[in-house]
Amino acid sequence: MTTGSQNRLERRGAVHRLLAERSPDLLIVAGLGSAIWDAETAGETPLNFYLLGAMGSATPTALGLATAQPNKRVVALVGDAELAMGMWALATIGWRKPDNLSVVCLDNGRFGETGGQISHTGVNLDLAGVAAASGFQTVRRVNDDAGIDELRDLVMNGPGPVFGLVEITANMPPVQMPIRNGVIGMARFREALLGPEALKE
Amino acid sequence: MVEAVDAGWKDQLYDSIKALKISQVVYVPDAGHAKLIDRCLADPEIDCFPLVNEFESVGVCVGAWLGGRRSCVLMQSSGIGNAINALGLVHSTGAPFFAIATMRGEWGEFNGWQTPMGQSIPRMLEAANIVVNRAETPADVIPVTEASGRLAFNSYLPVFTLISQRATGAKVF
Repeated sequence: MTTGSQNRLERRGAVHRLLAERSPDLLIVAGLGSAIWDAETAGETPLNFYLLGAMGSATPTALGLATAQPNKRVVALVGDAELAMGMWALATIGWRKPDNLSVVCLDNGRFGETGGQISHTGVNLDLAGVAAASGFQTVRRVNDDAGIDELRDLVMNGPGPVFGLVEITANMPPVQMPIRNGVIGMARFREALLGPEALKE
Repeated sequence: MVEAVDAGWKDQLYDSIKALKISQVVYVPDAGHAKLIDRCLADPEIDCFPLVNEFESVGVCVGAWLGGRRSCVLMQSSGIGNAINALGLVHSTGAPFFAIATMRGEWGEFNGWQTPMGQSIPRMLEAANIVVNRAETPADVIPVTEASGRLAFNSYLPVFTLISQRATGAKVF
């Protein structure tokens, strides 16, 4: 049970610590909803790709990106409900085993954006357990700064696929809205990663 | 048993995939795709792996495009409905999306459980602004698939090739 921990981290500080001194080889796919604001406040970059819809798709999107870019490090930064909605992807990641992919789940046990209703991870669902049972190479439960520091190293150096369950409090820091237009978000990400010629494909 | 059809296209589809410069093939399998899946799995230049659910296919293919790679997904008609919600990702990003789906629940189907999706999914896809190109006969499959792939990748559209049971061979009991 993820609810049994004594300590929980404040989400924004945890994400900013995870992304401190960020490598240019790190690509982030973040999903609905607060995970996006957390990533955006850590530093705007075209190498963050945000899904403001298609809930459940952030983790499979990170999988597709990681397999296309085996020399980069890729993180799916997702809330617990976003991940639970696309939980199948954990099984697929375990099958394909991309060693450059990490799934970092910000688990507050709530549907934070919709009024703070208690989510499955707040009652019964252990996503780290699902990841371990799905064949992730490295699984960590994180609820303190030392754990975040270790996770930052694992994200960059593996062995992957890495799953990090970051246990966070239910507070909701201020929204920082990124570029919401997905066409622009995709174009600038591809240009930054692949070069301007990619836009002519 | 299966109705006798000329299924030479099952070998030729692999060449179509290669000609379209697709280097990732993901699938929720169907018997009609079995030969293509085997050939893709045997090709070290194609990253080929199964999905649990068609929903995942949209994210995986859009993620591959994000990383500079062309991918396609193979599925059967009974699972297309699982992908419809996620296909909003394609509309919202302008990424290409290319699916090849074998149809059930239409031409001489013996299993009525296949018909709810088989009979309605073409209209559902069209209602969701997804391009639907149908291959009705064995002779249609290769040209329709190649044209669908070119439309997806050159015009940045979500495109499904639907391969009729007339082409795959309807199961007969």
